[in-house]
Amino acid sequence: MFFYLIRRILYAIPIALAVGFVCFMLVQIAPGDPINAIVPADAPGDVVEQVRRDYGLDKPLPVQFGIWLWKVMHGDLGRSLATGRSVWSDLSSAISNTLLLALVASLIGFVLGCVLGGLAGAFRGAFIDRIATSLAVAGVSVPHYWLGMVMVVIFSVQLNWLPAMGAGPGGSADWAWDWEHMKHLILPSVTLAVIPMGIVTRTVRGLVAEIMNQEFVTALRGKGLRRGGIFVHVVKNAAPNALAVMGLQLGYLLGGSILVETVFSWPGTGLLLNNAIFQRDLPVLQGTILVLAMFFVALNLLVDLVQTALDPRIRRA
Amino acid sequence: MSTTTTTPTAAEAELAIQARQGPVRSQGYWGGVWKRLRRDPVTIVCALILLLMLLAILLAPLIAPHDPYQGSMLRRLRPIGTPNHVLGTDELGRDMLTRLLHGGRLSWFMGITPVFLAFVIGTFLGVLAGFAGGKVNMAIMRTTDVFYAFPSVLLAVAISGALGAGIVNAILALTLVFIPPIIRVAESVTTGVRNLDFVEAARASGASAFTIVRVHVLGNVLGPIFVYATSLISVCMILASGLSFLGLGTRPPEPEWGLMLNTLRTAIYVQPWVAVLPGACIFVTSICFNLLSDGLRQAMDVKG
Repeated sequence: MFFYLIRRILYAIPIALAVGFVCFMLVQIAPGDPINAIVPADAPGDVVEQVRRDYGLDKPLPVQFGIWLWKVMHGDLGRSLATGRSVWSDLSSAISNTLLLALVASLIGFVLGCVLGGLAGAFRGAFIDRIATSLAVAGVSVPHYWLGMVMVVIFSVQLNWLPAMGAGPGGSADWAWDWEHMKHLILPSVTLAVIPMGIVTRTVRGLVAEIMNQEFVTALRGKGLRRGGIFVHVVKNAAPNALAVMGLQLGYLLGGSILVETVFSWPGTGLLLNNAIFQRDLPVLQGTILVLAMFFVALNLLVDLVQTALDPRIRRA
Repeated sequence: MSTTTTTPTAAEAELAIQARQGPVRSQGYWGGVWKRLRRDPVTIVCALILLLMLLAILLAPLIAPHDPYQGSMLRRLRPIGTPNHVLGTDELGRDMLTRLLHGGRLSWFMGITPVFLAFVIGTFLGVLAGFAGGKVNMAIMRTTDVFYAFPSVLLAVAISGALGAGIVNAILALTLVFIPPIIRVAESVTTGVRNLDFVEAARASGASAFTIVRVHVLGNVLGPIFVYATSLISVCMILASGLSFLGLGTRPPEPEWGLMLNTLRTAIYVQPWVAVLPGACIFVTSICFNLLSDGLRQAMDVKG
């Protein structure tokens, strides 16, 4: 297992490099001269040439990638075209907001999904199974940005219970753990939780049903173990896979929250990306995607390692 | 035969009975699939809803009551149930029913085209990787891993964000998003089939690699890959409309459900139930495609 861990960690390095390369290429596939991604369109010609030389854009592509990579590894993601600020400074506060939203949403989704999926798997074909399965299908089929709008219509416009926009009173972007801020978190996180809820329900239902069919459960029943005791055994068997699915879902939410963040004007990476797209601010687009993708790579690695550690049956090395 | 004098054995008698009754199993694989589908009311209802929708959006220019682009500032944001505008009007006074019917054309087109393109390209690459094995497999599958390192929404937004708004760019981005998962499925089923005895037998009897792939492999892997691809249509439709919602897919004044949802966003304080209609269309379509895909998977007895 030790060698498996080492191999898995080493394998993440080329993946991370390749992800970096894809992000680097984003600016190259954009229509027009990549220099337009660095200097504003109305800059005078000699300035453009100066910047081109400074950034090494007159050199061949592999060299450019090397220069870019070197800068990125030192935390330099370039400057925003729209604001002139460094991309990293905007990104760091946005990332923490997105992480908060994604964590809360995946927690809600995971708890609901485990309860629904567990019940559905244990009582297959029963009424509760049908409810859980329908909810799961609805959860994976609903366009969550639309669900967000419906939530705003119901809870903000009609009932006037919860705020429709922002992450705090008066549009403040600094998070605090008080009720005024929490109120802003409810609608976006519940909206975002619908997808992991559906997927976790499906997975856990399948896992529990499969485990309940195994001979050891019959044996446990035969030796007179009560339901609670059997439950513990089922959880122990289902946990590694369920946790792995949940970990990946957290990663998907980090990248997938862009639409929900746009609906609720949540000041996270999604809103940043949306503004970058709107203003064609390529450095911000590239930097945000790079950081989010790196989070995803790291999370994938972590999920694999935790799963290996949790599940003694995995001996893949 | 009837005048034969020898006493027939039991087995011969059974054969004779079978011959008189005709072959016992005459329906074949697809007959069985159809028989199972017919007994599945959910799948049938979903297929019917989708067919009706497809018919409605194809006939949109004929059956839509108004012009999808022509609005009037005097009739802005009318509620559902307004005479002459059954589903109300949008923020520019255009008839909602008309725009929903016309909007479905682009939404369906952008939901299905990328999956179809990815199905063709992904199946080719996946079967190639699975059948060739070795270095070819390595090259294709490790490249796929890189795209798996991006959450799908992020990858779609990244590519179409870099390429700029437009239907073609959005379709291109979505195709790229769906190729890797299809490659993975195609590769894994092909690897499973490749080492089966009948492929070995075909190889032993001198069939060329091309013939083996065409006759023995494709026939066995296309079904599972197809079922998997249909399950992606729902995701693709949500993503495509999502791109338009972000302003990356279709551009106004073109009617498209995601874009309509975006332009109507500010109207949720005035006519909330009109504003959420396009999303309801996306939801119904996507849930029907999902259930249809589940039904197909069960009827075709595909694992995974």
